[in-house]
Amino acid sequence: MATAKSVPPILAVRELVKDYGPVHAVRGISFDVPRNCCFGLLGPNGAGKTTTVEIIEGVTPATSGEVLYEGRKAGAQFRQDSGVQFQTAALQDFITVRETLEMFHRLYRRRADIDQVIADCALEKLQKRDNRKLSGGQRQRLLLAIALVNDPKILFLDEPTTGMDPQARRNFWELVERIRARNKTIVLTTHYMEEAQALCDEIVIMNEGVIVTQGAPDTLLKAHYKEIILELPEADLAELPAEFPFSTYRRNGLVEIHTDDANEAITRLSRAGAPLGRLNIRPFRLEDLFLDLTGKELRS
Amino acid sequence: MIQRILAILHARNLEFLRDKATLGWNVAMPLLLVAGMAAIFSGGDRASYKVALVQAEQEINTAAHPYLETRYFDFIAMDQEEAIQQVANHQLDLAINLNSGTYWINPESPGGYFAERLLEASSEEGAWLRQPASGDPITYVDWLIPGILGMNIMFSCLFGVGYVVVRYRKNGFLKRLKATPLRPVEFMSAQILSRLLLAIFVTLLLYGATRLLLDIRMEGSGLALFLVAVLASISLVAIGLAMAARVTSEELAGGLLNLVTWPMMLLSGVWFSLAGAPQWVQQLSNIFPLTHALTAARDIMLYGAGFADVLPQLLILAGITAAFLTLGAALFRWRGA
Repeated sequence: MATAKSVPPILAVRELVKDYGPVHAVRGISFDVPRNCCFGLLGPNGAGKTTTVEIIEGVTPATSGEVLYEGRKAGAQFRQDSGVQFQTAALQDFITVRETLEMFHRLYRRRADIDQVIADCALEKLQKRDNRKLSGGQRQRLLLAIALVNDPKILFLDEPTTGMDPQARRNFWELVERIRARNKTIVLTTHYMEEAQALCDEIVIMNEGVIVTQGAPDTLLKAHYKEIILELPEADLAELPAEFPFSTYRRNGLVEIHTDDANEAITRLSRAGAPLGRLNIRPFRLEDLFLDLTGKELRS
Repeated sequence: MIQRILAILHARNLEFLRDKATLGWNVAMPLLLVAGMAAIFSGGDRASYKVALVQAEQEINTAAHPYLETRYFDFIAMDQEEAIQQVANHQLDLAINLNSGTYWINPESPGGYFAERLLEASSEEGAWLRQPASGDPITYVDWLIPGILGMNIMFSCLFGVGYVVVRYRKNGFLKRLKATPLRPVEFMSAQILSRLLLAIFVTLLLYGATRLLLDIRMEGSGLALFLVAVLASISLVAIGLAMAARVTSEELAGGLLNLVTWPMMLLSGVWFSLAGAPQWVQQLSNIFPLTHALTAARDIMLYGAGFADVLPQLLILAGITAAFLTLGAALFRWRGA
């Protein structure tokens, strides 16, 4: 019986380089995308993640390196098997949602049931609506539906929930979960760390064209952090207690205390007279990991 | 492949047909132009007389006969057969052959009457042999309509395709298509077919309207004329696609397309005949597909030419199409630089 390790990846990126004149956008990165997982490609603006994913999708040529799909150079079969949702993509004016889907549907040999795609993406009531008259969230759902018309084996989602309200984002995550449950591989690029943490089985964090770290989110967090974080508003802790042997950071109006002994830290704060009514205790998150690894905020 | 071309073709047609303002303008503008031209020029006013000099050389030697020094007369070197045909159709007032001492006149032509009187006045009595050349007059509108039809095809095909491709590239729609199995040649084929259908539809509409409203001449083969329109459309779409193959700015595309359309509009014989123009201008005009399309269309509509007669023009149009399609396919980019 084959073990999980022996299953070849659906996608392999090898020594990928992309230069724009003197600018080195991607600097020789390599990674594998396991099949049937949600794979996150994370990074701040300018990290090279969009360039990387567009090279994989075949819409941007690489300066050097290669992308292997099912062990072979990604080509015509990859285009048949992949679905792509760009963060922004113009659609034709004066065309309805259903007509747009039908047009893309006819470009593929492999085809999904178009009514099922419409139902999956909650577009039933919008089928006859002109593309120009869709809201931001509706448009994102249509772009996702377009990416699904060929029943793709591998689905690329580029910043799919940017601009969505929290409820719409949660709904979108549920939809992505349902798609993944059908044994699809999903490659997700996102700025939202909670999104990556909620959806991704494995992530790559990029910065300045190189991979900073790669692995399962929980594994990465466990490997990097043995502590937890106590958060207090800066107004409640203008000065630290005299003897306070913990690492502290001031970010976004909060004082962060990193500790592996929360009881001791709280006791010392209490003795120093700090008000603890607004104390928040939380584990380290991907956002913290990114910040520590790159020193950059993820969200632009 | 066919399935993908048809998918893009269908969507593009829907997009165009539902854009009422653009569709209306595409149909209304040439109709208005025809009506305007008819109103302005159907009186036949003109400032000069045109006389053909039957000779092989293009240069006119005004010292050869006192008549050739007559002011307000345009003397055009021409071969005898063509000159007689144009005199018969009132396109020329007179044709003279100095070597044989013969002139041809349409007895029904007012211009011919005056041109003949001046010829007699500048010559000795009995110096000329008078030959009648009868035929229905070809009015300026008869002559202009093929030009208007051709010009409409030119604008529709060059700008209609060029701008659309640039807009698709600029707004990222082409990038989205690149992530599908669609190939450039399939995308270009769909654009050609879509614009061809539109150009032919509007041309047929205009042709029908002008036949009905202005009773324009149609002496030759309708099928041959249809073929000329189809090949002219495809060749112009091919040029439009080649010019828009990489451009991402509508402004630049507009400039490039104007670089082609203006010389073509002025030098392809849309508004006036180049028969009296310098030889180099006539030769230059041969690089434009519209010149060959209009020559063929006028030969068919005004002089009754058939398929075989316009075969050279059809072959040239086919050659231009092949050259620019190859160039366009080689240059085509889904995305800008």
